[in-house]
Amino acid sequence: MKLGLPEGPDTTGRIIKICILAVGGQGGGVLSGWVTDVAQRAGWHVQSTSVAGVAQRTGATIYYVEMMPRDPARPHDEPVLSLSPSPGDVDILIAAELAEAGRAVLRGFVTPERTTLIASSHRMLAVSEKIVPGDGRADSDTVIRRAGEAARRFIHFDMETMAKKAGSVVSASLFGALAGSGELPFSREAFEATVGAGGKGAQASLAAFALAYDRAAGTTGDGEAAVKPAGARATVIPQRLAQGWQALLGRAAALPEPVREMAEPGLRKTVDFLDLAYGDEYLAQIERLVAADNAGQDFAFSREAAKYLANAMVYDDIVRVADLKTRAGRADRVRAEVKLADSQTLATTEYFHPRMEEIVGLMPAGLGAAIEARPGLMKTLNRFVDRGRRIRTDTIHGFGMLWVIGGLRHFRRSLLRHKVEAAHTKEWLALAEAERARDYALGVEVLKCRRLMKGYSDTHARGQSKFDHVLACLPLLRGRQDAADWLRRLREAALADAEGKMLDGAIKTVHSFTDGPAQNAG
Amino acid sequence: MAERSFAKEVKKLKLGAGEEFTGEGILAITKALLQCGVGYVGGYQGAPISHLMDVLADAQEILGELGVHFEASASEATATAMLAASVHYPIRGAATFKSTVGTNVASDALANLSSGGVTGGALIIVGEDYGEGSSIMQERSHAFAMKSQVWLLDPRPNLPSIVAAVEHGFEMSEASNTPVMLQVRIRCCHVHGSFTAKDNKRPTMTVAEALENPRRDTQRIVLPPASFLHEKEKITKRRPAAIDYIRRHKLNETFGGNGPVGIVMQGGMYNGVIRALQRLGLADAYGDTEVPLHVLNVTYPLVEDELVGFCADKEAVLVVEEGHPDYLEQELGSMLYKAGASVKLEGKGLLPMAGEYTGQVMLDGIGAFLRQHAGDMLAPEIRAPNVPAPPIYDDLARTVPARPPGFCVGCPERPIFAATKLAEQELGQHHIASDIGCHLFSIMPPFELGATTMGYGLGPASASAFNSPDAKRRSISFVGDGGFWHNGLTSSIGNAVFNKNDGVIVVVDNYYSAATGGQDILSSRANNRTKSTKHPITEAIKGMGVNWVRHIERTYDVGAMRDALKEALTTEEKGPKVIVASSECMLNRQRREAPLKKKMAAEGKRMVKTKFGVDEDVCTGDHACMRLSGCPSLTVKHLDDPLRDDPVASIDENCVGCGNCGEVADAAVLCPSFYQADVVSNPTGWDRFLFGLRQRVISTLQRWRERGRPVFGEQAA
Repeated sequence: MKLGLPEGPDTTGRIIKICILAVGGQGGGVLSGWVTDVAQRAGWHVQSTSVAGVAQRTGATIYYVEMMPRDPARPHDEPVLSLSPSPGDVDILIAAELAEAGRAVLRGFVTPERTTLIASSHRMLAVSEKIVPGDGRADSDTVIRRAGEAARRFIHFDMETMAKKAGSVVSASLFGALAGSGELPFSREAFEATVGAGGKGAQASLAAFALAYDRAAGTTGDGEAAVKPAGARATVIPQRLAQGWQALLGRAAALPEPVREMAEPGLRKTVDFLDLAYGDEYLAQIERLVAADNAGQDFAFSREAAKYLANAMVYDDIVRVADLKTRAGRADRVRAEVKLADSQTLATTEYFHPRMEEIVGLMPAGLGAAIEARPGLMKTLNRFVDRGRRIRTDTIHGFGMLWVIGGLRHFRRSLLRHKVEAAHTKEWLALAEAERARDYALGVEVLKCRRLMKGYSDTHARGQSKFDHVLACLPLLRGRQDAADWLRRLREAALADAEGKMLDGAIKTVHSFTDGPAQNAG
Repeated sequence: MAERSFAKEVKKLKLGAGEEFTGEGILAITKALLQCGVGYVGGYQGAPISHLMDVLADAQEILGELGVHFEASASEATATAMLAASVHYPIRGAATFKSTVGTNVASDALANLSSGGVTGGALIIVGEDYGEGSSIMQERSHAFAMKSQVWLLDPRPNLPSIVAAVEHGFEMSEASNTPVMLQVRIRCCHVHGSFTAKDNKRPTMTVAEALENPRRDTQRIVLPPASFLHEKEKITKRRPAAIDYIRRHKLNETFGGNGPVGIVMQGGMYNGVIRALQRLGLADAYGDTEVPLHVLNVTYPLVEDELVGFCADKEAVLVVEEGHPDYLEQELGSMLYKAGASVKLEGKGLLPMAGEYTGQVMLDGIGAFLRQHAGDMLAPEIRAPNVPAPPIYDDLARTVPARPPGFCVGCPERPIFAATKLAEQELGQHHIASDIGCHLFSIMPPFELGATTMGYGLGPASASAFNSPDAKRRSISFVGDGGFWHNGLTSSIGNAVFNKNDGVIVVVDNYYSAATGGQDILSSRANNRTKSTKHPITEAIKGMGVNWVRHIERTYDVGAMRDALKEALTTEEKGPKVIVASSECMLNRQRREAPLKKKMAAEGKRMVKTKFGVDEDVCTGDHACMRLSGCPSLTVKHLDDPLRDDPVASIDENCVGCGNCGEVADAAVLCPSFYQADVVSNPTGWDRFLFGLRQRVISTLQRWRERGRPVFGEQAA
């Protein structure tokens, strides 16, 4: 198959056209400079261009290089080379990031009869992918599949991680992959000479170059073997708790497999949050649900309950945050992240902004509720509380304070927040069970709506409000064959944006079912 | 300090006769200026000619040796007005700026300059920013050449042609007593190539010599009756002189064979035309072709007999002219009609009226022209191509996210807009006027703030109509420090004071003209050897008569920024409320500090490096923080935890520790997942002692607690 306009009598066959798509700040300029340099060293004609300007600031950028061997018959003539790439007329396309490879395909720069696509398979997320309250990330598989179809040859692996391993940046591994692909008739040494001429950072660049060269040339394996994250710790159960813990583990292991997959991490999460008794409370609920569940449905209800009940029971309060931030494992993780050397010291500052709402949650239920019932008092007290606090967890004072708050978990059961959360959880679970009785799939979807509850303070309130709004539609959906599907759609709409615009639209649609004739009702 | 240092490139400016110069187009132009004995150069930065200004700024030693004066002009109007030095004196001068934005600003001076005419060669190098990657509205510089009667060069986009255009530009300017514009497109500015250098020349007269021997000639000053005479002189004397020069020096080129059809093009379009012909099988790699081509390296004025002659024996001629209106096609049509020619004139129609002439556009347009008028020239498979439609990747189109430019990692402007969003959360939406500069990225997600942009330094001016005693809300307008000094101080601030505007003005001060590459301006805080810096914006504003001025010295203090905005929006005070929000451009700060830090580390000096992180088990994956940030280093990652559905926040290794995440989480009361890690390299003995002591106590507490609870390893099965 031939795409784009045909070349016809091949008059430009000797010109190699190379296009580089990158994200601003990725070093696309360095890479195009290297590509130019390696051709120049070989005595070839070469021309490179770029469009700089604001595109440098994190936007998508494009660099373009054309090269051609010198014709001994025309030693003094200069070829006429193009300043920009054309669809259907690119020999080698280098994408410094996966979505940019997708963009190259969409722009027609990757065609099956001629283009070798060299792409790093890692992602640099665009703002639009990050600001979604749910999961807004683009599907990498679609990009890889389509790029594979569009290209004559598709070389892709995570060149970013590879470069980092070598202490360098992605431009070096991309250049290595280009060299290793064999698409340019220059020796490995010629490419290396170009990189080596770079001066500072040349050693690391050469190391990244070599890793990618070997991978692209197919002389090594994938080189992407998962590395155990630094700072990972083993599980340690104190002697006096071992027996009780083993008993819980045994009960979890006895659950049907689909449920077990969620119940085991759920058990760890709940025990970690409070104590073994809390884990027991959790398991008891799951066991009860399993007993009433249906193997024919693959225990879908119990499985989702095991997942979301653990999340519901492990609510986010100041105690949990303080506890998490004062653990040895956390300290290790921070050190690993900043790559702390033995000769260095480290200070850590936590950014807290508690408000009176969070403080009353920490109070014994009776006292907390009494204060909360008096808005005037809440407001007055809030004046002393509501401000940003920077807590230094590397100092004895700051760490000690959080450590003490973290220790409050023993008293959690009597605190206001716990009562509120437990009641809310109970209500939600009961609702789901009630729906299950009538419509199994709808019951499962009710459980999944727990995903909407997240965040702290206002964000949490907004999550709760979405949760309430979605579940408020239940009466409109009950009895419909597609009730579960609609509840899923409502939930997904709620996760699509922060303000709930999509959700409002979806709710309007649901309302139209009852207002108008119910076409879909079964 | 500019974004890029050209110290290495500057050495190329010293190359002598016969040596080969290799480098970017823009650097070639700089070298050509010196070879032409230019006496003074100036301009205003902006893509794609920022590098020209940066190279000149870095080359001041060489310029000094040659007796060339360099001026970093306050605006394009200033740069063009500077060319007045060539009116009475035989000094060659050059000014450069981005077009058409700069040409718009310059047009007052341009009109006056071209009315009186010049004695020394005056060259205006405009970086034509049209098409992909452009950050400005799409217009043509050609209109300015026509209306002011200045000559417009549009050379073929290769280094020898550009260099020749500079040389001819000066000579033609002197031969016709008219300023000459040299238009270079964005890719041409950045094209990498080579040419054979000549020796640099000292100016025949330096500005110093001119200062000591003043001259004047009332006839060259724009005031009636001289100006009436200028108007006639432009047409009766200067234009014929220019045409004569073009003809004598064969500035326009004719290539190709004697086919029945021909193509007339702007010089800048040449490589694109050749590529299309190459793909159609009608040109070889070196551009040799049977198709007759007429290349207009001078697109204004046109040389009538050359053009009519080229068309004389043709059946059809195609005009390849990028952008609209189709000035060349109209003028050529008129010439041919008057000459009674029967040639078929094609242009806009086969080629699109508007937009960039990309490779595909050229291939389609030229292909269609040849199929219609010279099908015999084409190989059969090209004459009637059998091409399947390209595949449609709908799913891919839905998948690939848009990636508009945005604020850099650690940008000090990000917290200003986070604060604006927070202020609006409390006080409601406002009319927001934006300006030109990096801060215009506020209009993109996640901020989506700002309704218009009307020109450099014109942000507050563009909100000036929104001044009503009936309204309960004020307008907010932004202006950058670059725009402020460019003309914002008078056009925006002075105007607001004089008209008693009640709006809120935010001056985004990042110590540089940042969007154009980090050049110094009056309020820059750097020590600049050749320029006077450190002039506070707040003083200028007060001097202009603004009573309500607040200065935020650290924009990352989101709470303070938000409170200042709230106060400005609600205060009883009348007249403009101006907030100057200052923090150094992070791109430039990193560039400035990185070498210093490296040096300190090498010398074993105590050094703190800050990075932010997210506690992934504390983060709930709502991404509220990202909706107030958009920082490239604040991203999301998926946890290997079956209980979690949504990815959590994560800060990658590009974090520069600006603090915006923590400050935003605090000001917006988001969540306590963020932490700041300050790593101290080469700690002092006291540092070490304190750190050791604290760590011992902390470990003891941690161990104590862990004895009483199960500790689950991360990602334990």
